[in-house]
Amino acid sequence: MIDILNILLTDSFWAASLRIATPLIFGVLGALICERSGTLNLGIEGIFVVGAMCGWMATWLGAGLWGGILVAFLCGAFFGLIHALLTVPLGLSQHVSGLGITLFATSVSYFTYRTALPDVSSPPRIEPFQPLDIPILSDLPFIGLVLFQQTALTWLALIMVLLVWYVLNRTNLGLAIKAVGDNPNSVDAQGLSVYAIRMWAIVIGSALMALGGAFLTMSAFDAFFFGMVNGRGWVCIALVIFASWRPGKALIGALLFGAFDALQVRLQTEMGALVPGQVFLMAPYVLSIAALVIAARSADYPRALLTPWYKGQR
Amino acid sequence: MIRIEPRAKVSNSSTIFIPIIAAIVSLLFAAIPIISAGANPLIAYVEMAKGVFGSVFAVSEMLTRATPLIFTGLAAAIAFRAKLWNIGAEGQLYLGAIAAVSVGSGFFDLPAIFLLPLIIVLGACAGAVGMVAPTYLKVRFGADEVVTTLLLNFIIIIFLQMLLEGPLQDPMGLGWPQSAPILDQGMFPPLIDRMRVHSGLILAVILAVIAHFMIKHSVWGFKLRAVGENSSAAKHAGININRSLFGVALLSGGLAGLAGVSEVAGLKGYLTADLSPGFGYAGIVVAMLAGLSPIGVLIASVFIASVFVGADSMSRAMGISSFLADLVVSVSLLCVLVGGFIAKFKIVRAGTGKKIL
Repeated sequence: MIDILNILLTDSFWAASLRIATPLIFGVLGALICERSGTLNLGIEGIFVVGAMCGWMATWLGAGLWGGILVAFLCGAFFGLIHALLTVPLGLSQHVSGLGITLFATSVSYFTYRTALPDVSSPPRIEPFQPLDIPILSDLPFIGLVLFQQTALTWLALIMVLLVWYVLNRTNLGLAIKAVGDNPNSVDAQGLSVYAIRMWAIVIGSALMALGGAFLTMSAFDAFFFGMVNGRGWVCIALVIFASWRPGKALIGALLFGAFDALQVRLQTEMGALVPGQVFLMAPYVLSIAALVIAARSADYPRALLTPWYKGQR
Repeated sequence: MIRIEPRAKVSNSSTIFIPIIAAIVSLLFAAIPIISAGANPLIAYVEMAKGVFGSVFAVSEMLTRATPLIFTGLAAAIAFRAKLWNIGAEGQLYLGAIAAVSVGSGFFDLPAIFLLPLIIVLGACAGAVGMVAPTYLKVRFGADEVVTTLLLNFIIIIFLQMLLEGPLQDPMGLGWPQSAPILDQGMFPPLIDRMRVHSGLILAVILAVIAHFMIKHSVWGFKLRAVGENSSAAKHAGININRSLFGVALLSGGLAGLAGVSEVAGLKGYLTADLSPGFGYAGIVVAMLAGLSPIGVLIASVFIASVFVGADSMSRAMGISSFLADLVVSVSLLCVLVGGFIAKFKIVRAGTGKKIL
């Protein structure tokens, strides 16, 4: 127990937690926007892969780091648009379409990677985002390392939490997004386009998911590997329910998950001799299921989630 | 502007033609990545066809690949009929395989007539066990089974790696993370001499036929449809929804478990953590292409297996990445989804009511 306490008191542990949480923050926010407007987006796992591959490859081809981020954003938006077209105007099964997007996006990424780099055993590396070095702030004890020596993408994720919270709760647009996920007929009666709002929400949400993937190859690591997303997208789908579709709670959920994952890695090095390492590797997935089960009973799903809406049919 | 209206009646021929058109469109779509990889698509298609139908060996390879897809396709088709979204066939496949090597690699030294059935039954049970927790969590707490079954896939694979470095590791395996081989008498007999296609295929076909008759001609099949299509009506009709759901879940998990049994006791002989190149997920595509019909699953598995085997051989001949197969498979899923829409709805011009499609 003392060991765990010691770990919890170090600044490097909390810095790692926030770092691990960053892709999940992007992913949970993206999934949250989609679901608030009434559409489940199971394409998230594949969109993470696309973001990771495209952002990294664009940077490697010379687009620069922020150019890579833009490419990842646009690629995520593109796959989001496919999901939007299939699920909103066509009203097709959101489960099947989402899984189809995940399979499609993953195979497009893998195929492109293999075709561009046919013979490499280890992928070329890029110069990833570096920790910010803010004068004075970065040298502060504890929070200096935890907050002010993260990369710019982590700060972008935190800003996104604020932005999504602001848009959802303080603007007419946010009102429309929430209404379209709860009662699309009321939005239609006001003369707004249910189709347009839902589709934009999916496109923007998917673009955010892709940034989560891009963080993996452009900040956490410096190259793309097969299988590197490893279920992070699915974890986000569980975290959205845990967060009851609120951006603030989404941040807390992602941070809790990050902290748990960081703790798991540290315990593994300390207790590795006693317990097989795989027990620790399993823990994050078990934790996600536990979070889902705890939250599910009282979950207040957006009322029109999974329900297609057709214009002119009540 | 255009408007979408439901068709008065979904034509019977559409259930047959839509998957066929989807399959053809997805194959044509493959020309885009083939050209972008700098190859001639016509030559590539010929290479693919040769790889699937060019020799008895090629057909045997294709049927070998179709065998696990029939099991996972049936697993998805039966669950999806009841609107139970079991996306965990990949994990359940490994549970079945774990059970198969646990009992089959010398724990019981029984003659073939007892050992193989024992392996099959225990493998199916192990796969079914994989569905117990997600179904319980769904029924009791309302936890979405999509997420729980997906996450369980990762948990089960890590668990498998633990077993392969621990209790299941082959003591003669020079430290590789692989299990001891299944005894010879525990293996599915091969169907053709010196070919890899094995009698697991026969088991898969028999189960598909049984599933077909159960769905079409039994009370259970009626309940399955009722629970899937309108669960509140089914409840009023006196069907115990939870019990039906558990039944479907166990059956679905068991079928997925058999995919693992068939791979390990029919093909590989021993278990490694890369036994399945995504058969569980491909099973979902098979089931959707099949329109959730068990007989359709047989045909769809042959198509998906042909894509995989054909792409492999084209990849060897022309140096195009075999990820092309996954691309074609995923596009066929999206196409069949859109096709289902065209079958159910018509698109009309909003002003005149004139039919466009």
